[in-house]
Amino acid sequence: MFKPLLTAATTALAIAAFAVPSHAGRAFVSNEKGNSVTVIDTDTFEVIETVPVGVRPRGIILSPSGHELYVCTSDMDYVEVYDPETMEFLHTLPSGPDPELFVLHPSGNPLYIANEDDNIVTVVDVVTHEVITEVPVGVEPEGMAVSPDGKYVINTSETTNMAHFINTETYDLDINVLVDNRPRYARFTADGAKLYVTAEIGGTVNVIDPATGDEIGKIEFAVSGVPPEALQPVGMRITKDDKLAFVALGPSNRVAVIDVATDEVLEYLLVGRRVWHMDFTPDEKYLFTTNGNSNDVSVIDVEDLKVIKTIPVGELPWGVAIMPK
Amino acid sequence: MIRVTALIAALMLLPLVAAAKDAIILKTAVLKIDNGPVLPLSRLDLPAENDGFAGAAVGLADNDTTGRFLGQTFEATEVTAKPEDAIKAAEVAVADGAGVIVALAPEATLLALADHFADQNIIILNATARDDALRNASCRANVLHVAPSRAMLADGLAQYMVWKKWTEWMLIHGSHPADQLKADAYRRAAKKFGLKIVEERNFEDTGGARRTDSGHVLVQRQIPKFTNRADDHDVVVAADETGVFGDYLAYRTTDPRPVVGDAGLVARTWHPSFEGWGATQIQRRFEKAKQRRMTDNDYQAWLAMRVIGEAVSRTKSADPSVLKDFILSNDFEVAGFKGQALSFRPWNNQLRQGILLADGKLVVTVSPQEEFLHQKTRLDTLGFDEPETECAF
Repeated sequence: MFKPLLTAATTALAIAAFAVPSHAGRAFVSNEKGNSVTVIDTDTFEVIETVPVGVRPRGIILSPSGHELYVCTSDMDYVEVYDPETMEFLHTLPSGPDPELFVLHPSGNPLYIANEDDNIVTVVDVVTHEVITEVPVGVEPEGMAVSPDGKYVINTSETTNMAHFINTETYDLDINVLVDNRPRYARFTADGAKLYVTAEIGGTVNVIDPATGDEIGKIEFAVSGVPPEALQPVGMRITKDDKLAFVALGPSNRVAVIDVATDEVLEYLLVGRRVWHMDFTPDEKYLFTTNGNSNDVSVIDVEDLKVIKTIPVGELPWGVAIMPK
Repeated sequence: MIRVTALIAALMLLPLVAAAKDAIILKTAVLKIDNGPVLPLSRLDLPAENDGFAGAAVGLADNDTTGRFLGQTFEATEVTAKPEDAIKAAEVAVADGAGVIVALAPEATLLALADHFADQNIIILNATARDDALRNASCRANVLHVAPSRAMLADGLAQYMVWKKWTEWMLIHGSHPADQLKADAYRRAAKKFGLKIVEERNFEDTGGARRTDSGHVLVQRQIPKFTNRADDHDVVVAADETGVFGDYLAYRTTDPRPVVGDAGLVARTWHPSFEGWGATQIQRRFEKAKQRRMTDNDYQAWLAMRVIGEAVSRTKSADPSVLKDFILSNDFEVAGFKGQALSFRPWNNQLRQGILLADGKLVVTVSPQEEFLHQKTRLDTLGFDEPETECAF
């Protein structure tokens, strides 16, 4: 019974691998309303395929090895795992209810998932598929970041308005920092010296010293002709050399470019409507942004700081993950 | 009669972070005035017994979850009282240490409470009374309005009517004082946004049971007659806060026109279908805790608790006067699932907030509409702006 099936599956995999050369750079975009993932060729900026996934896909990341694609299918209450080469569905991981954003330990395991409805962060072993523990945090956990040394995972709680420092060895909350209203996302600089937390309703980015938890700065935004309440910081990316940070400003349809050394805003780039999350190509030549209300992805040329391309994707694009080298 | 229930914060999973000596404890009394049974036209609109209280309880739990990380404890007591017992009930709660009163109370009771506690270090959050007078001539310095005013609701509706170009209104108002005040708000909004009331009619409440077996037969004949021979209009605006006739209008008017106002497309602070700006999260949190849907009163009571919680976590104080100064300052902002920071208008202590326009099933739009600009914040296009305020503290 099993043997012919296995043979067929192996053949299908071989063909798929042949048809899609593994060296092509690819971006994966979760379409929250479309219940799909759009796969984009990052060299040609063409859509390769749109793959149906579980209901309400939001957070999306790749394993450091590039062998697994994780998708938070929020209304399914689990994480779906795909083979990014073939977009073959592999298995699910337990996530706790309503998973939204997650982050992988730099070693590739475990996975830390924010569960909005239960005020917890669920820690899942991606090899054994088992829940390691649940960490109680503030109200409406959302943003997740991991320190470059892997010692701390940061969770932001949107109604409690805090960044919680979860010790990855003890799972204790070693530090809890009050930040501005509705913290959506957190990101460390590559050298681990700064932690940025974006506050969507506060309209700011809080700069925190990760060693002490002290706030060491605050970035504010202003664009003439744009009402201040539309400048809602959400997603964030920082170049590996810690020179530039990019902050997606939601319904203002802008991405702010920040000088990491001074925390000054250098420029605002006009992208599609309601920009939330972003990711770099591995060479950091391009930054892809998801624009929820225009159903497209903007491509930013990082060196020129220019938007060079708009790629139509599925309905309500939420997150994006790009294949590592 | 006074009924008192202690609300214990539901989540006590972690020990307090700070030592007991510097712990901050904030006690709130949630005071609900019992005005007798509410009799809506539809049995779907019968209010839950814990309407408003349930929202406050979820707000308390949210505050206390946050408080765990800051060494702050939040406690609340639910108090139900007849209007004549309101002050006595509030005094008992204050004697027990409550520094904040969240009032689910009508205008007269709210004013009596405000004047009674005027010389004490107590702040009152108005979670339900919509009276424009409370934001103008009858304003009180110790009352913060989380509930929107009638003017804010009417302005929110009028802006969308402008956007839809439904500029000619047939205004039908009820005969109760609240309906008349709502009609005033619609007239003011029409004038403010250049809309025209071409026809006005009064629907007299002649008493009798609201819900009856086969009553629809009578209503089917009554409403076409009542709306007959009206001047040309785009839309029927119902001023019916008392809920005597508004829901009878749709599908029964002589001219086939949409119904808006207090029936049909209704201006409100919350709707259980609302999913914008992360609202699904609070809907689910509320439904899980209370096994029913979240109402406007629940939302407003939740938001009142969050205003206090936010002030306590930022000031690290439980002193009502410190909290009030901070809440009314430029530094205060609170998130309420409305897509932008909410803050108070210092000229009349009114919380700025977006207004939802929803029919029975879905939110149609959220005002202020984008086209209405303001030199400070577009939220101030709703209700009484600083230059027109009659409030002097």
